Amino acid sequence: MLTLECPCCGVIADETELQPGGEAHLKRFGPGSSDDDFDGYMFARRNPRGVHFERWRHAHGCGKWFLAARCTATLEVFGTYPAQTSAPPAELQAKIKARRPDWEGWT
Amino acid sequence: MSDPVRALSGVSDKGFATVAMAGPRGMITLRGDLASAAVKKAVKAATGTAVPARRRILAEGARAAAWMSPDELLILVPFETAAATVAALQAALAGAHHLVADVSDARATFTIRGAGAEQVLMKLCPVDVATLAEGEIRRSRAAQAACAFWRSAEDEFTLVAFRSLADYVMAILDNAARPGSALFPA
Repeated sequence: MLTLECPCCGVIADETELQPGGEAHLKRFGPGSSDDDFDGYMFARRNPRGVHFERWRHAHGCGKWFLAARCTATLEVFGTYPAQTSAPPAELQAKIKARRPDWEGWT
Repeated sequence: MSDPVRALSGVSDKGFATVAMAGPRGMITLRGDLASAAVKKAVKAATGTAVPARRRILAEGARAAAWMSPDELLILVPFETAAATVAALQAALAGAHHLVADVSDARATFTIRGAGAEQVLMKLCPVDVATLAEGEIRRSRAAQAACAFWRSAEDEFTLVAFRSLADYVMAILDNAARPGSALFPA
């Protein structure tokens, strides 16, 4: 069972209060893009064993989307941060690097 | 205006806490930039309170303003004055990007009273109810229904849920308060 802190309302929310939104930091390829780019955007997911960045929505709370970094193998939560960003915050990346020295970075 | 009808007829049951359907209450959703002067002024005029801080509810007599999300407030007023309050809010916020909607008829209000009131919510919501501060409103779920609740008095919680789920919410609250099922028996 996950508990994530919603950065919008500060509630330590139980997983059952949240709605999962899949992988975070996807670059969208919309109309006019090549078939390969669209195919990659639509279907290709990293699905890593280890550090993973995810979108979550505080569905039974403030209703806002936020992002979370956690480990898919141990369920360790590294942190949550607001969704209005295109990259994980530097201090969160440093924290993950300290906990998982062999982590290759988020890109 | 015709008499407002409650979703359930004020059911109240005696368990280790008393659960009752509360009377009709005027509820208004207000969305907009909560930090703006226009919203602060409009809320002051509507409820007599300031714009509440994050997860807070500020009450002034029968009126209150509750923080629902970073851009949303719930304004509580007596049922008869809801329409007039909506009109006043809309006039006060004209020109600013906002939304004001009367949701009184879409909501059902319950009160849970008694020394065991806390335990009823502990059973139903994934919330650390014991640490819920005075004047704090918590949006969560009660079993499968979205809800919001706060401490409205000593040993009393007020819970707001969707009216369409009033029957279900009453049933789970009633069940959670059944005699002999307290989490911490006295």
